[in-house]
Amino acid sequence: MKLTLKIWRQKNAQDKGGIVEYPIDGIEPDMSFLEMLDVLNEQLINRGEEPVAFDHDCREGICGMCSLFINGEAHGPDRGVTTCQLHMRMFKDGDTIFIEPFRAKAFPVIKDLVVDRSSFDRIQHAGGFISVNTSGNTIDANTIPINKHDADKSFDAAACIGCGACVATCKNSSAMLFVSAKVSQYALLPQGKVEAVDRVLNMVHQMDLEGFGNCTNTGACEIECPKGISLENIARMNREYLAASLKG
Amino acid sequence: MAQSAQLNASILKKVAMALSGIFLITFLALHVTLNFISILSESVFNEVSHFMGYNPLIQYVMQPVLAFGVILHFVMGFILTAQNSAARPIAYAKYNGAANASWSSRNMIISGLVILAFLGLHFYDFWFPELGYKYIAGTAPDATRYYGELVHKFHSPVRTGLYCVSFILLGFHLWHGFASSLQSMGMHNKYSRFLSKVGLWFAVVVPAAFVIIALFHHFNN
Repeated sequence: MKLTLKIWRQKNAQDKGGIVEYPIDGIEPDMSFLEMLDVLNEQLINRGEEPVAFDHDCREGICGMCSLFINGEAHGPDRGVTTCQLHMRMFKDGDTIFIEPFRAKAFPVIKDLVVDRSSFDRIQHAGGFISVNTSGNTIDANTIPINKHDADKSFDAAACIGCGACVATCKNSSAMLFVSAKVSQYALLPQGKVEAVDRVLNMVHQMDLEGFGNCTNTGACEIECPKGISLENIARMNREYLAASLKG
Repeated sequence: MAQSAQLNASILKKVAMALSGIFLITFLALHVTLNFISILSESVFNEVSHFMGYNPLIQYVMQPVLAFGVILHFVMGFILTAQNSAARPIAYAKYNGAANASWSSRNMIISGLVILAFLGLHFYDFWFPELGYKYIAGTAPDATRYYGELVHKFHSPVRTGLYCVSFILLGFHLWHGFASSLQSMGMHNKYSRFLSKVGLWFAVVVPAAFVIIALFHHFNN
């Protein structure tokens, strides 16, 4: 395949950055998108040019590191996948492909296509946990009966890998799908109910502090989410927040 | 330590939008019902309009509440839009919003601005003259004037056209807004799917009824 890549290049966080065009040839349809970028980087290095910086880790679709906005969509045109699981057969020979970093005030660009998503970590630190006594008298979680329906819903929410595609694709740069998944995975379980009020108030407060936008329920986040996190979680978080507002 | 809920929290702002939106949806249902009477009966339309125009509860309680709801909805809409724009200071070179969200959901501010402009025209046509009639000129109540005033406004093809375009944009606004307001208030249960469908029907039927009323009076008189 012969392609024209239009890639965002930015030397560092302070640099203004801009789109740079790279023609590339010899791309196999069965390559993953990241492998295609590897080929490009090999060519750039051989030419003595700076390779394109991009995030990646597991390349198995579960780490959520590959924060690429491809042809106007988070993780490209395929559904339910991260960029490493996006294959070049999704494109046609001769295509022009725009490759940009995830864009949000709360996700500043570090270099080229690499963004700082530590805002997600700070939201998680604000309440995305349960307090468990680990001094030696821990109780097996399975001793607490849990309704299977709730356990399944909780597990579905816990499948969120925190990749940030929801923020990247949302026209408002809202982090509601991510935060709601982290709130929901605990809100549905008895172990999470003890700190439910503090959790939702603290996490939403931190989310707002980070400068994410407001959710307007377009549903784009759910469609672009590689793990299929449902909008149902946002509704649940809204309920949790309203209930906590009355208690807290 | 827990944060206390703050009035400017993003979720509470969305709930304010949702509550004011549902209130305005209820008002629209009432408005279209009363207007539709003008097609069916001139005398009944005059009667209900006179009741609405001179009932103290409607004039001095419901009307201010409605004005508050309208202002709150627009002000919150502008605040949320400004905050959302600030949340992405550098735009994408290529953004394919149509790939994962409907036009109506992505352009609520555009349909909202059209509705705001329409409200300006609507107030100019009906509300300001009504205030002048009752409170400035101090004219005695006339229970037979409403139908004639309504029909007179729809003589102009330009005004009728502007009204119809505004109603179509209102339909787009409701197409997303109805279900969105339920989601913002945390509703997601076995009734949600049904209520969302009700919302879609409402978004078609109510604006269509307004269009029919405007066209009826334009061509019938």
